[in-house]
Amino acid sequence: MPVRLNRFEEEMLHGKYGEGVSLAMRVLVGIGETFDAERLVDITRAHVSSSSQDADIWFAEKMADLGTTCRVPPTLNPNFDFRYIDDHLFETPEKGKAMITATNEAYKKLGAIPILCCTPYFEQNVPGFGEIVAFSESNATVYVNSVIGARTNRESAQSALCAAITGKVPEYGLLLEENRRGEVLVEVEADIRSDFDFQLLGWCYPLKHDGFEIPVFTGLKEKPSPEALMNFGTQLNTTGVVPMYHIVGVTPEAPTLEAALGGDEVKAKVTITKEDIEKTRAEFYRKPGKIDFAMLGCPHLTLSQVAEISRLLEGKRSMVPIILLTNSLTREMAQRMGYLKVIQRAGGHLIPGTCVDIPSCWAPFQGKTGVTDSPRCAYYNELLNITFNIMPIEKCIGSAVLGEVVE
Amino acid sequence: MNGTVRDTFKCRKISGGRAEGPVLISKDRVCFYLAEPGSGKIMEKGHDLEGKSIAGKILVMPSGKGSSVVQADGLYKLSKCGNSPKALIVKEADTVLVSTAIILEIPMVFKVEDDFYRKIEDGAIAKLDADNGLITLEGTEGSYRL
Repeated sequence: MPVRLNRFEEEMLHGKYGEGVSLAMRVLVGIGETFDAERLVDITRAHVSSSSQDADIWFAEKMADLGTTCRVPPTLNPNFDFRYIDDHLFETPEKGKAMITATNEAYKKLGAIPILCCTPYFEQNVPGFGEIVAFSESNATVYVNSVIGARTNRESAQSALCAAITGKVPEYGLLLEENRRGEVLVEVEADIRSDFDFQLLGWCYPLKHDGFEIPVFTGLKEKPSPEALMNFGTQLNTTGVVPMYHIVGVTPEAPTLEAALGGDEVKAKVTITKEDIEKTRAEFYRKPGKIDFAMLGCPHLTLSQVAEISRLLEGKRSMVPIILLTNSLTREMAQRMGYLKVIQRAGGHLIPGTCVDIPSCWAPFQGKTGVTDSPRCAYYNELLNITFNIMPIEKCIGSAVLGEVVE
Repeated sequence: MNGTVRDTFKCRKISGGRAEGPVLISKDRVCFYLAEPGSGKIMEKGHDLEGKSIAGKILVMPSGKGSSVVQADGLYKLSKCGNSPKALIVKEADTVLVSTAIILEIPMVFKVEDDFYRKIEDGAIAKLDADNGLITLEGTEGSYRL
């Protein structure tokens, strides 16, 4: 079925607004045809998971060279603050610096907003309930769909950029009410309480159920914090593909189990046991003993996490570098509130705009061992042969102060 | 010479274009980031195609997999090295792979008639016309391999 276009959309498609806009429209219409979208709809926000990898740079430069700009300026993912890293930690490889510079230049021409943050939904690009947006970056896609109740499909960096350029997305998938209902019922028997417990739960579920259906979680005893929900969605999309979930009594489209299911039959039932969680917790101690560094902030640390780290480091001195990744707003606030100086005196680095997964830049860490609170950080860095022990923030900081993994 | 056979199967376009080449079938979903750009070989441990090259093939697979950025990066690097598949035939479409195929101008189709999957084999020569939604298998009787 062809996608129905209005006159403005036809004009964009046929080149009235330039070849870049036309290309973006061809991509969106192609996606729409594939998924039987009847029409395009307007977006009010976009977030692009710019990755500073080859394809990302190629496509952004191609669009920029065609003179294209964004009708809906998208916010951008982090990359690598090599000025800070060069001054304080190590010399960033030249190839990495060139890739970061090229990325920043191309997106600047496109009119994107360089918040350089992977959690735009907390402060800098926050959709409302029911708002139609195009968010790539899997942890952001799942958060805005599930926790906020905004509507986005699981965009690629490129499809989100095409949406930002045209201000349009094809109407299909999670944009439609009937596709947002829960399909798999997940009974959580394990006692999930801390923010770190939600990392474990998010990691475990896709390993027990391999499928694209929307899960509904029941049995959670504590109301999760924003950080717990951030952790949860991130890990659901490390071991699996879960662009939306419900937690009964917590997320806005699941006030009750019946509401979450919308009257549909459950397609599968999954139980997450205490044993599942404890087995994962134990497996996350991968290489106990001496460590070379600690890395926290995948996704970016929130202000309350920075405050906790500051409290843990008060009056202490770390044996190894503590790398803390966040956005520039949070860093500024940490400075104003006195957290930054405590962290820096203890040997910590609160670095803005930087991601754990920029292989061309983190190459000097190849072969090293660290601690992190994020399973996703550990997973991506396996490609670089960096080994991580995964544990709660307080244990990561304790390990860094000691220079070896605390049990 | 044995009688020439020619079978045509209907399918639906995802990314337009035409391609002709040998078929390679993967039972597993494919993440192109886990292929070696210089050889086109799938490097993912335990994958159905581990060690096999997808370069120049008409790749038949269940679907893509991988994050919002790696799929594009993987196919882009393969293309730059001249080692991307010539076309993709998938059972299930996902937004990430769909947008990647369109941008990199790699023909891609889905919803192929069931009969195709019964008759297809590795090495068969397939002609794909994505724009018109047609796949043609040609060969001698008993085999589509040339």
